[in-house]
Amino acid sequence: MSRLPHFAIRAGALSIAAALCTGLLGISIWTGRTARASVTAPRTGERLEYASPLEILFSPDGTRLYVLCQQSAQVRVLDAKTYAEIKKIEVSRAPRGFSLAPDASRLFVADSWDDTISVIDTKSLEVTATWPVGAEPSSIVEDRNGKYLFVANRISNDVAVLDAQTGTELKRLAAGRGASYITPSPDGSKLYVTHVYPNPTPHRTAPDSEITVIDTARAVVTERIPLPYIAHAFHVAFSADGRLGAAAGLHPKNLVPLAHLEHGGAFADTLTLFGTDVGKPVEVPLDELDRYAARPFGVAITPDKSRLFVTCGGSELVTVIDLPRLLRYVRTRSGPYTQDLSASSNYVVAHIPVGHDPRGVAFTHDGTRLLVANRLEDTISVIDTKTNRVASTIPLTGPKQTSVLRNGEQVFYTSRYSFQGQIGCANCHIDSTFDGLQWDLEPDGFGRDVVDNRPIEDVKDTEPYKWNGGNPNLPTECGPRTEKYFWRAENFDDLTLTDLVVYVRNLPPRPNRWRLPVGELTAAQERGRVLFERSVDKFHNPIPEQNRCIYCHSGPKGTSQKSFEVGTKKDIDNSGLLDTPQLTNIAITAPYLHDGSAQTLEEIWTVFNPEDKHGRTNDLTKDELNDLIEYLRTR
Amino acid sequence: MKKLCTIVLFIASVSTLWSTTQGSTPAEKTATSPLAHTSANVSAGKLQAPAMPRFRFENFTTANGLPDNHVYSVLVDGDRIWVGTDNGLGLYENGKWKTFTTRDGLAHRAVLSLSLDKRTGDVWAGTMGGLSRISGGRIDTFTQLNSGLSNDVVYGVSVEGEHVWVATAAGASMFDLRTHQWSLFNERNTPMFEIWVYGVSATPTKVYYAVWGSGILEYDQQKKTWDKYDDPDGETEMVLFKDQGLIHEITTSVSYLEKDNILWAATYFGDSRYDGRYWHNFLTKDSGLPSNFTNVVKGVDANHAWFGTDKGLAYYDGVNWAVYRPSLTTHRPEMTVRDAKGNITTVPVTTAPAHHYILGIDFQGSDIWVATAEGLSHGIHQP
Repeated sequence: MSRLPHFAIRAGALSIAAALCTGLLGISIWTGRTARASVTAPRTGERLEYASPLEILFSPDGTRLYVLCQQSAQVRVLDAKTYAEIKKIEVSRAPRGFSLAPDASRLFVADSWDDTISVIDTKSLEVTATWPVGAEPSSIVEDRNGKYLFVANRISNDVAVLDAQTGTELKRLAAGRGASYITPSPDGSKLYVTHVYPNPTPHRTAPDSEITVIDTARAVVTERIPLPYIAHAFHVAFSADGRLGAAAGLHPKNLVPLAHLEHGGAFADTLTLFGTDVGKPVEVPLDELDRYAARPFGVAITPDKSRLFVTCGGSELVTVIDLPRLLRYVRTRSGPYTQDLSASSNYVVAHIPVGHDPRGVAFTHDGTRLLVANRLEDTISVIDTKTNRVASTIPLTGPKQTSVLRNGEQVFYTSRYSFQGQIGCANCHIDSTFDGLQWDLEPDGFGRDVVDNRPIEDVKDTEPYKWNGGNPNLPTECGPRTEKYFWRAENFDDLTLTDLVVYVRNLPPRPNRWRLPVGELTAAQERGRVLFERSVDKFHNPIPEQNRCIYCHSGPKGTSQKSFEVGTKKDIDNSGLLDTPQLTNIAITAPYLHDGSAQTLEEIWTVFNPEDKHGRTNDLTKDELNDLIEYLRTR
Repeated sequence: MKKLCTIVLFIASVSTLWSTTQGSTPAEKTATSPLAHTSANVSAGKLQAPAMPRFRFENFTTANGLPDNHVYSVLVDGDRIWVGTDNGLGLYENGKWKTFTTRDGLAHRAVLSLSLDKRTGDVWAGTMGGLSRISGGRIDTFTQLNSGLSNDVVYGVSVEGEHVWVATAAGASMFDLRTHQWSLFNERNTPMFEIWVYGVSATPTKVYYAVWGSGILEYDQQKKTWDKYDDPDGETEMVLFKDQGLIHEITTSVSYLEKDNILWAATYFGDSRYDGRYWHNFLTKDSGLPSNFTNVVKGVDANHAWFGTDKGLAYYDGVNWAVYRPSLTTHRPEMTVRDAKGNITTVPVTTAPAHHYILGIDFQGSDIWVATAEGLSHGIHQP
C-alpha cells in the first residue's frame, strides 16, 4: 500500500526517461565518485516504494531499533543486535519525526501530510490511536511526567501541546517559522525547537531563525535563542551533562550575488553551540577550504563528550568533531568564525562517507556505534566511533533497483555536482519546497534582478520558469542554467538531467490546509472567490481583463503562464515584465512578489499596489481584502 | 456632527489626561463632586467608616525606571508586571525594569492596552500603531498593512482561548490563533453604528465591546450572534430613565464576569452594571463615584468593582464606596469612604496613587496595580 505522496508520473515523460535509461549502464559521474546503484543497475520507470529511512532510535533496553521510513510510511522494527526486521508498522503519509514515551510503552509518529500523530503500542507493535494535530507535524516529544505531548507543526509555525493520554490538544505555543525538530534537554525540563524556514526579517536583510525554548512543566515558551544568519536549522544534540547544545544549520550568503562558489559564496554549513560551556551562542563552520559539509542535519554527541558527529546530507558523509578542541577553539579565538574556511581544521578530525542523503543518527547504548539513516539509499550505516569508519551497512528491505524517480531525487539532494560539493538543489528547496529567501543571481547582472525563490511543488506544466519567464522548460531550468550559474561545474549528462527533471516534474503539492475536507468554501472564502473572479468593480465599472485576478492567475494552478507588468518593478530590475507565478499553497510561501518585498499576502495590495496594476483592489474595504486573502489561501 | 462631537470629546479627554494642574480644568470646575455635595456629612473621627480595603501605594516614575510617566495600561502576570506607557512597554520583574520599544519590534511606542494569554504566557499589546505579541522575548507585530487587523489604533485587546479580540479605531477584529484568520466586525456585519471601539472583554461564552458612541456590543460565542445595549435616553446627556439601560452611549470600558454573568460598563457619563435582566447605574450624584468620567472599570464580582476615573480610583463593595487619590487641591494622599447613607469619612493615609487620572487597573492577589497619568502605582494591601 503506497503511503507516499502520490506521484502522478506522466507516462510520456517517464517513457522518455526510461528509454534513455535503457542500456546506459556504468556511467561515471564527473566528480569521479561512484554513483552507486544509480549507475550500476538499470533504472526503471516504475514507481517503486522505497523505505527512505529518515530517523532512527533505539529502545531504552537496547533490544530494538526503530526506523522511521518516510516514503513507505512505516516504522520498521529491527532487532538491535542482528538488525533483522521484526515488523513493519504502517502509519500515515510522509512521517517526519518520531519518539518514544519516557517509559517506552508508546512510540509516537508525526505524520506530516495527514496532520496526525500515530500512537504505536510498543508491546503489540500496533497503531492504537491516531490523533489530529496542527499543520504538518514534524516532531513529537512526551514530557518526563507523561502529562504533555509537544508537537512541532512546520506549516502552522507552532508547537501543539496535547494531553499525553487522550491526545486532546490543549494549546499551541508560537514557535518560529517552519517549526520542525524538538530536542529535550538531558534532564527533560526544557525542549529546544528548531525551524527549517527563516523568521520574517526586513527585505534584503540577513535571515535569522531561533531555537524556541519551552518549559515542559508549565508548557510555555520561556526563551528564544537567536540564530542570526541561520535560515534553516535542523537537529539539536546535547552533551550528557547538559552544558553544551549544538544545532545544525544552513547559513546562506544571499545578500551578495550568487556567483562565486569558488570563493565560498553560497552557503556556510554550520553548527551553533549554546549552553553554559560556551556562554553566548556561537556559530562555527563545518566547511573546509576545498571540501564542504553540505546540508548538516543530524547531530550526536558521544556520552563522554569527546566527539560530535553530524550528518551532511548533501555531502553524503558524517563529519566528526573533536569536542574538547572545538571548545578550546571558541574559547580562545574571537569570532565570528563562519566565513573562515580554515577554522574547521582546528576541530574537524574525520569525514566518514556514508550513503545518499544521510539524515537521522542514534548511538548504541554503549556508545561504540553510531547508526546513520541513509534516506535515499535505504540503508543504515553502522559507524565504529573509535575508528571513525563504517563497520557495516544494514540494507532495509525493499526495491533493489534504482528507479528514475529515485535517481532524480538523489541528484536533487546531493551536492556532488557543484564546485567543491558546496550546494545542491535541496539547499534552496528545503525538503523539495522553498527557502523563504531572495537571491541575486548572476545571469541578470550583479545587483540586478534580486528574486524571491519560488516554490517548486506542483511545478509541472507551469512553464516558462524564472520570474522573467526566461527558461522555456524544466530541462533548461535544471540543466544549463543550474549547471552554469549555480554549480559552476560541468554539465549533467543527459540521463542524469532527465532523471532530475522527471523527479522535479513529479513533485506533488503538499495538502492545502485551508480547504475544507469536502471541497466547499467557508463564507469568507466564498466571498473572496467572488472577488477573485469579478469583472466589475464596486463602482460598477468594468475591470479591464488584465486587472482581473482570474485573468493572469487562471487555470487549476493559478497561472496563465504569461508575463505581465504589475507595477512592482524596482530600480534594480531589468524589466517589470514578470512571469505569473502559480498559486499552489501560496498561504505558506511568504514572502511574496518577484523580489520578496511583500512580507505577507496583505502587503501585496496594501503596500505594493497603489495604482491597481496588480489587480483592481483599491476599491475594496479591509474586510473584503481579508476575504480575498482567505480565498487565496485555499489555492 | 456626531462624529465631530466624538472627536472633540476624545481630544478633551486626552488633554485632560496630560493635565497636571489638578482641579484647574474647566471640566473639573463644572463637574459635580459627590464629596462636595455631602461634605456636611463628613465628620472625621465621629462616624464609624465602613471597613474598606486599605493600601500602601508605592509609585513608580521615570525616576525609578518606569519607561514613561504617562501610563495607559497595566497587566499582572504572576510576579511580572507589564506596563503600557506613552513611550514603550515596561516589564517589572525581580525589582528591575526592562523596556521594549519599536527597536525591539513593538508596533508603536504608545501602548494603550494589554492582555495576557493565560495558556501560553504570551502578552498582547494594543498600541497606537498596531497589535504586538510578546512571546518568549520575541515581538511579532500585526498592522492594518501587514495583516487583516482592521486599524492600527488598538484601544483594547482581550485574549480568550484561541482568539484574540481587538478593539480599534475602525471597528473590532478577531484573530484566530489556530487558523491565523482575521474576522472584522463593523457597521456592515454588526449592529455597530459607530466604529470607534474602545474596550473589549472576552470570555468563553460572551464577548463585550465598548463602542465609543454606540453603547455595548455583545457577541454570543455559542450562537455566533450579536446583540446591542444602548442608552434608553438616546444620545443625550440627560438621564431620563435611570436603571433602565446603559447609562450612556459613549462607553469606554467593559468588564464581563462570566461566573456571575455580570457586566460592568464604564462611560464618560457614569457607569453601569447589568446582570442579564436588570441594569443599575452609578452617577456621582447618587453614589460614591468621584467622577462620571470613567476610563476603566474592572469588576470583581456582582457587587464589587474598581473604577478608574479622572478624579481618582474608586472601589465599590456593593454598598459603600472608597476613593483613593492625591487630593485634587492639596495633592496630599487622600482616602475617603462613603457609606450607604451618603456619609463620607476621611481615612487618614500617607500614600496615594501617583495621580488622580486613572487609566488602568489590575490585581495581584489582594494588591492592586494602577496606571495613572503621572506614573504607575502599586497598592499594597494593608491588613
